[in-house]
Amino acid sequence: MVSYSRKIAIRIQSRTENLQQVRNFVAEAAREFGFSDDETSNIVLSVDEACTNIIKHAYQFATDRHISIDILRERNSFEVRIQDNGKPFDPESIRTPDLKEHLSHYRRGGLGVYLMRRLMDRVEYNFVPGKVNEVRLVKNLSPASMPVRR
Amino acid sequence: MNEFKIHHREGDGVNVMELRGYLDAHTAPDLESAFQKLLNEKKYNIIVNCKDLSYISSAGLGVFMAYIEDVRKQAGDIKLTNMTPKVYNVFDLLGFPILYEIYKDEHDAVSKFHEGKKSSTV
Repeated sequence: MVSYSRKIAIRIQSRTENLQQVRNFVAEAAREFGFSDDETSNIVLSVDEACTNIIKHAYQFATDRHISIDILRERNSFEVRIQDNGKPFDPESIRTPDLKEHLSHYRRGGLGVYLMRRLMDRVEYNFVPGKVNEVRLVKNLSPASMPVRR
Repeated sequence: MNEFKIHHREGDGVNVMELRGYLDAHTAPDLESAFQKLLNEKKYNIIVNCKDLSYISSAGLGVFMAYIEDVRKQAGDIKLTNMTPKVYNVFDLLGFPILYEIYKDEHDAVSKFHEGKKSSTV
C-alpha cells in the first residue's frame, strides 16, 4: 500500500538559484509516486524548463517575484501546475522547431518548450489576464509500474 | 545549492574543460565565462569532458550553441565527451549529435583534433 499526500506545493522566489530546490521537490514526489529514475529525470527537467522560462520571460529576471508549484497525484496521473503573475507567455509563438534547421542557425530559444512537449504526456497553458499564468505538465504512470494504492 | 564546477587543463594543443555537477540556468553563466576566457586567449581546440556532469537543462545546452560558430570560424571545434546516458539523452533529444562531435572517450576527441591538424598541414 502506498500512502502520501495527493496534493503538495512549494512557492519559491523567482531566482535561478532556487531551481535546485524545485528539482529536489519534484524528484522526490515523482519517485514516491512510482516513476522510474528515467521518467523522474524527464519530469524534473520539464519542470526546470517551465520555471526557467518564467524567470527569464515572464519576470525578465526580476528576483523578487514568486512561482508556485503544485503537484497533484491522482490514480495514475502526476500533474504539476506552475503559476506566476508575470508577463503572459504565448505558447503559440513557439512552434515546434525543425531541430536541424533550428540548430544550424545556432538559435538558443524555444528548446525548453520543445523538451517539455517531448518529455511530458500533456502540456497545457491557462491564463487569467493580468492575474495569473499557469502551465500544467502531466505525466501518466504506465500500468506496469503502478503500485497498489489506497 | 546548485553545485557546478569547471576544471580546465591544457596539453597537446587541446584545452579540456571538465564539467562537474548541475548545469542549469543558474550555473550556465559560469560555463559562458569559461568559454569566453578561452576565446579571448585564442584557444579554439576545445574538449568538454562531461564525465561528472550530473544534469543539464536547455540553458546549459544553449551555451554550446552560443560559442560553436565563433570557434569553428577560427578553424577550431568544441567536441563533447564522456557523457552519462542521462545527459546524452538530453543532447540527443535536442538533435545535438547532428551538429556536434560527441565521443565516448576524451582520447578519441584528442586524436580527432590531431588528425585534423595533420591533414591540414599536408
